[in-house]
Amino acid sequence: MDGALLPRPAPADDPMVPRTFRIERRVAEVDGCFTLTLKATDGRPFAFQPGQFNMLYVFGVGEVAISVSGDCRDLNTLTHTIREVGTVTRAMARLRPGDVIGVRGPFGRPWPIEEAYGNDILFVTGTVGLAPLRPLIFEVLNRREHFGKVVICYGSRGTHDILYEKQLHQWRGRFDLQVHVTVHSAPSGYRGRVGSVANLVKIARFDPEHTTAYVCRSETMTRPAVQALHDRGITSDRIYVTLERNMKCGVGFCGHCQMGPSFMCKDGPVYRYDTIEDIFTVREL
Amino acid sequence: MDSNDNSNGTRHTVRRLDRNGLDALTAALQADGRMVIGPRVRDGAIVYDPLDGAGDLPWGLIDEQDGGRYRLVPGPDNAAFAHVVGPQSWKKYLYPARQTLWRGRRDGPRFSVEVPAEPTPRTAFIGVRACELAAMAVQDRVFGVRAHSGQSVGQQQYTDTGYAARRAAAFIVAVNCSRAGGTCFCASMGTGPKAESGYDIVLTELSDGGESVFVAEGGSEAGWALLDRLDAVPAGDGDIRAAERVVDATRAHMGRAMVPGVNRLLAENLEHPQWDAVASRCLSCANCTMVCPTCFCTTVEDTTDLTGEHVERWRRWDSCFTVDFSYIHGGSIRQGGASRYRQWMTHKLSHWHDQFGTSGCTGCGRCITWCPVGIDITEEARAIHDDCHRTDDAGTGRGG
Amino acid sequence: MVAIEGLGRLLAEHPFFTDMQPDTREIVVGCCANAHYRPGEFLFKEGGKADHFYLIRQGTVGVEVHVPGRPGVVVETIGEGDIIGWSWLVPPYTWSFDARAMDQVRAITIDGACLRTKLEANHELGYELYKRFIPIMGRRIAEARLRIVELTTEPSRD
Repeated sequence: MDGALLPRPAPADDPMVPRTFRIERRVAEVDGCFTLTLKATDGRPFAFQPGQFNMLYVFGVGEVAISVSGDCRDLNTLTHTIREVGTVTRAMARLRPGDVIGVRGPFGRPWPIEEAYGNDILFVTGTVGLAPLRPLIFEVLNRREHFGKVVICYGSRGTHDILYEKQLHQWRGRFDLQVHVTVHSAPSGYRGRVGSVANLVKIARFDPEHTTAYVCRSETMTRPAVQALHDRGITSDRIYVTLERNMKCGVGFCGHCQMGPSFMCKDGPVYRYDTIEDIFTVREL
Repeated sequence: MDSNDNSNGTRHTVRRLDRNGLDALTAALQADGRMVIGPRVRDGAIVYDPLDGAGDLPWGLIDEQDGGRYRLVPGPDNAAFAHVVGPQSWKKYLYPARQTLWRGRRDGPRFSVEVPAEPTPRTAFIGVRACELAAMAVQDRVFGVRAHSGQSVGQQQYTDTGYAARRAAAFIVAVNCSRAGGTCFCASMGTGPKAESGYDIVLTELSDGGESVFVAEGGSEAGWALLDRLDAVPAGDGDIRAAERVVDATRAHMGRAMVPGVNRLLAENLEHPQWDAVASRCLSCANCTMVCPTCFCTTVEDTTDLTGEHVERWRRWDSCFTVDFSYIHGGSIRQGGASRYRQWMTHKLSHWHDQFGTSGCTGCGRCITWCPVGIDITEEARAIHDDCHRTDDAGTGRGG
Repeated sequence: MVAIEGLGRLLAEHPFFTDMQPDTREIVVGCCANAHYRPGEFLFKEGGKADHFYLIRQGTVGVEVHVPGRPGVVVETIGEGDIIGWSWLVPPYTWSFDARAMDQVRAITIDGACLRTKLEANHELGYELYKRFIPIMGRRIAEARLRIVELTTEPSRD
């Protein structure tokens, strides 16, 4: 199945009205994170592209923007990995299989894939940033023959904070994938790497002239990540980053997610770095 | 439709209405099942409220406006439209301050969602100014009703159907301004004072020495058809020339002007010290965003009844001047008044072009009049403009 | 015992010394020795006399802090092609951390006490060496600072 034939998300009838989805499974991930597997109560498929997000609604509590973290080829299952940080996500953490939540979406521009055909691929991420990137990693591996080397650079706080650890082990077992994991600190006797993600970028093997990098980190950590990529010779037009702002509507009507000329909900959350380089360092924009 | 020729090739007739003719016009719109809304006096200001007839218009009153100042005073003529714009704009009707998005009902672990099906009221807006037609055209692009050439993914992917329905249900009687207000600057924004398009009927009030008469021209088939039904006399060549002179005189007496090239000027000066200077005066009260006819930002509110079984999701006007507006987990992006003022002004005058292919400012001057401390958007732009030009002359251009 | 010529070649191959003038590098060779560490073996310990630095040729070394009653905490790993140890350059020449082999480690140890005397006598050599040490020290400080930022801004629910 070629990427071009992937089902494209159809615009919803009314983008402000949620569809209801039933929680099929709830998996506790690293501390403070959980993954919900959802099925649409109306049985209709849900198509999205890697990098897109949904507005998830908890009955009577509110809504929050969360990236999809499952496989875009599975149209009957919607997967979200969620970190408890606010009122809505904390309420969501208390839900159990059988409970129903509201879903609006998918919204936002996806990670471009075809643009990177023929290149080496470098994923740079940390902590829960792996969740929004996972659909893209799945899809790059689905279309593995279109790419050169594929490298994942992932960092987390400690050895117990590695998100999707089993998945990373599984990926590390592949011959056609380099997986570098680092932690900030580890107990003596640990055999893995300890240090910064930037250091992983330094040691990763790829051809800087022909590499596309996908960065999914907090805005603060995106800056040094981009610097590390520049240091290795990857130019801004081959670096994609993702950003985060307050979102209320998801379709460019409410104005909350603006950053300069862009609405993050529909022009982002994925940006080619050279398109925002000028305004990225303007504070409080 | 701006042509005076209808589909049969017959020529429409520009009409001359007197005060009774204006009454007949509102009566005809009411007979057509429309709620007629127009300017009238309430609480010392001219607001847009339902009218029973032309008699409810603010005859004989003008509004004195300046930074942070608004007063209604008797004007020299007994005119209906010698005032300019007040604290409200038509977005009050086209995009109400509170809208129910949907209602939900709990049913065990599940819940159901329904969208309230309320019929869109048929309306007629009377006294719509050129700057307000421009504002509607701007919001048409924002809410996906009208195509635009902005770079922001080209078009809105979605249309706000409620806005589109209310917009389609409004019959628009525009008025060419016969007087410029103290804070008006539509001429420098290219949006007025003459109504060019986007109306069904346009009136020009002629009021020198006595009772007003109105030169009435159609802007759509519906508009021409209504005028034909009014049994009004045709306007003479003298009336039509007088109407042109009225608009020309208004254009020549604008209270304010926006500096040229403000789009690029602001985009290139996101870190100019003037933002701190204006922030020291700005109260972050959000008045400018509430009175602005193009500001469209909203937030959502979830309400629950006492049983917890029924919820409603509301959309209400919001303002980028609040700290909460940019809140993401951990804190707000725009902590300082300077960054919030910069967001509003650069969005309005600069980034709007990137997003929607047009300026977000129509030069109506409301934000100047209704600012409690009289901050003047044209002066703030001029301060940056003058500073940049002075530095250029000194040969030490401001970097970046 | 490995011949001096062999050590000279290993030194020239290591990224740290690779672009140094051969005659300058030759002065260092006299202070070098080959070393091998088994997993868990210490290269040096906090508080010990810092008389060496290490060019890692193979394997990974963990920089650790001793915690009484618990396993030590590894705060950084240093791998192939990198160097470890600059306390020999700064009085009182005492190690601030533990360094421990995490797997089989092959390294070249350089006698700092021997080198310090040579640096005093040959400032040209001193400058060449500082030019190589300072960027690494700077980079590690910057990275450590960023990791503090990361731990502060991307908190987990501890």
